[in-house]
Amino acid sequence: MTRVASVAVVVACAIAFWQVLVWATGVPPFILPGPGRVATALWEARALLAQHFVVTAAEVLAGIALGSVLGALTAVQLVAAPRLGRAVMPLLVFTQAVPVFALAPLLTLWLGYGVWSKIAMTLLIIYFPVASAFLDGLGRTDPGLLDLARTMGAGRGRTLLFLRLPAALPAFASGLRLAAVYAPIGAVIGEWVGASQGLGYLMLLANGRAKTDLMFAALIVLALMTVALHAGVGALGRRLDAYAAGRREAV
Amino acid sequence: MTPAPGIRIRGTLDFGDGYRIPGLDLDVPAGQWTCLLGPSGVGKSTLLRLIAGLDAGGALEGEIAASDGRALAGRIAWMGQSDLLAPWLDVAGNVGLGARLRGERADPARIEGLIAEVGLAGHKAKRPPALSGGMRQRVALARTLMEDRPVALLDEPFSALDARTRAEMQELAFRVLAGRTVLIVTHDPAEAARLGHQIHVMTEIGLSPFPAPAAPPIRPAGARETLEAQAALLAALRAPGAVIEGVS
Repeated sequence: MTRVASVAVVVACAIAFWQVLVWATGVPPFILPGPGRVATALWEARALLAQHFVVTAAEVLAGIALGSVLGALTAVQLVAAPRLGRAVMPLLVFTQAVPVFALAPLLTLWLGYGVWSKIAMTLLIIYFPVASAFLDGLGRTDPGLLDLARTMGAGRGRTLLFLRLPAALPAFASGLRLAAVYAPIGAVIGEWVGASQGLGYLMLLANGRAKTDLMFAALIVLALMTVALHAGVGALGRRLDAYAAGRREAV
Repeated sequence: MTPAPGIRIRGTLDFGDGYRIPGLDLDVPAGQWTCLLGPSGVGKSTLLRLIAGLDAGGALEGEIAASDGRALAGRIAWMGQSDLLAPWLDVAGNVGLGARLRGERADPARIEGLIAEVGLAGHKAKRPPALSGGMRQRVALARTLMEDRPVALLDEPFSALDARTRAEMQELAFRVLAGRTVLIVTHDPAEAARLGHQIHVMTEIGLSPFPAPAAPPIRPAGARETLEAQAALLAALRAPGAVIEGVS
């Protein structure tokens, strides 16, 4: 059985279970709408969903881009200046001890109800996983290769650029994979705290008006977005892995 | 390439954990192959790494000096136990790695010439995973030659190769490194018997010279005197261990 077929079977089973649950328990639609109602809501509100999807997707992508770049730069900086790294690392870990979700109201207060507070939220959530995964990779270069570089009279900067960095690309890719899972959470939490657009905002709005079917529709769009993001980042990660390992498909 | 210097090593090798090898007295003559033969874990690699100026997990109380009185740093090329190729660089990129790491421009014609010299013409755009172990070690050899240093330190460079490839690589390396001062660490008596102008046996109780066969290297692996030297070297390796076992 191909992968697509097995995924289709699992999804079909989940939908069937959902429908059976609705029939068997007889819960009213405003508590748990059946798959049919949700599908109808998905279709009828498609323009509305698309409009809010675009906002959330933009927040997530911008957050991932900025968070990855900042995370990667931090890791490189910490390796290039190890003394600074030893001083800054505890601070970085401490910032992770503060639950980022608790910062959401503050970010909204400082950056407003627009997309920037959500981008900042996403950025903060993925910054640390990317920085720490990449830093780990940069510190794991084959010691033999570093010895060789030393006997060749290589400078620290060029060793970092030409040996440590390419060797750490798979670790960076691991950080990105984590980021792809966490990033939508950041954007949606930001939207829950205060927003006028986005899928998180739409979910709250639908909830307030007891339009549970629309809420489920927004949730499904969000889940599909996360799956697509994960697949996209996964493909990029495989390219980075293949490049670092010198396999053909990277060329 | 500047004329190859010899290397003098005198002193005590201290591993910091109570294990010391005193009375080291090793002369590596200029332009010749000197083999340092010993069992694994005895400190051969540590000594070689100290000469190369690398972190070694031990220290030498004494001196390491070039025979011409100048510093050794910058005149040494290093070949390790594995080929140490960067998998993301193709063959030409790996051969020219040193220049790139120093911010110099590597001469592509010279890279191509060296790749051809080690028998890899036509493979220069391949990446390491597409090469066999023997071919990868040839790339490492071309990279060593590209550095054009008068002293080559080889740390069991052929130990991971199969017997046939190892014999071929010994012959190739001996030919292309001619004129350089070569210090090779090995745990293989056959390798030492084939390659060494000088042979030194390093064991837990110290370093002692061993008379190399009369014929100049590289010696045929099957020649009677090579085989006899190989057998005698194996006996010399086993003797100190036997004494220690007898004591304990």
